[in-house]
Amino acid sequence: MLVKVFITPRKGILDPQGRAVEGSLKSLGFNGVASVRVGRYITIEIDAPSKDAATAAVGKMCDQLLANPNIEDYRFEVDGE
Amino acid sequence: MKWGVVRFPGSLDDGDALHALRNVLGQDAAMLWHKDETLAGAECVVLPGGFSYGDYLRCGAIARFSPIMKSVAHFAADGGLVIGICNGFQILCEAHLLPGALMRNRSLSFICDVVNVRVDNTRTPFTRTAHEGEILRLPIKHGEGCYVAPADDLAQMEERGQVLLRYVDEAGVETDAANPNGSMRSIAGVANDRFNVFGLMPHPEHAVEKMLGGDHGRRIFESIIEAAR
Repeated sequence: MLVKVFITPRKGILDPQGRAVEGSLKSLGFNGVASVRVGRYITIEIDAPSKDAATAAVGKMCDQLLANPNIEDYRFEVDGE
Repeated sequence: MKWGVVRFPGSLDDGDALHALRNVLGQDAAMLWHKDETLAGAECVVLPGGFSYGDYLRCGAIARFSPIMKSVAHFAADGGLVIGICNGFQILCEAHLLPGALMRNRSLSFICDVVNVRVDNTRTPFTRTAHEGEILRLPIKHGEGCYVAPADDLAQMEERGQVLLRYVDEAGVETDAANPNGSMRSIAGVANDRFNVFGLMPHPEHAVEKMLGGDHGRRIFESIIEAAR
């Protein structure tokens, strides 16, 4: 199974990278840009007996290593068989 | 006093820490390898600066799971003294031995500089030879030194006196200009609530000899030596 994990800076936490990219986009003339957040995208190939088992395992991975709960939020999608 | 300096793959300042302890302060200091499972009788463990595991994922996130970190966590739980400098500070936060986290500098630039930090609590094993409000000039060199913590945690830390060092100007005042990396409340160093684990971004081990730019870092090491007596 393929799992896609999206990690983003927690709301309310200053994201200097996002702010820099936002400034750059505006200076390129993309005036509609309201705000940019920069995060991390991780794909994991996982052998698991079921989608639920994969979901449980990846939740633990995120809590223990992939994301830092102090500063980051995460969500993930488990694709197909 | 027996010290153990942990070398992780990618550690950078382990040699300087060893030099400061052994050759300048006359301590019995040994290098420990990250795969070691014991601390070889160390009374204080130093997690040095550098780029452990290439700073992959987040600074300190992988080093935290090195075999030796289990021993470090047990040692800290038993009241043993642990000091993390720069990357060592990041590792201690990732390991939840210290509150908060260190993020990219506000400027997004790697900073190499010498800064003033004010000692805000001297009733700790790491600061006891300093006087309250003393200003130390110490070098910094980091890309991820912006200290953040949830507001509730910060309030509790302040109440307990866990913020040991703050970036200040020459007059000893925290100002935005004197805050090199955007840290909340100008925090440069924090202790845990039992005051036996301490992390700081500035490098005391690079500031122990006057001929090499200053010796204010001795305050930290001499405090630990006195505390262990």
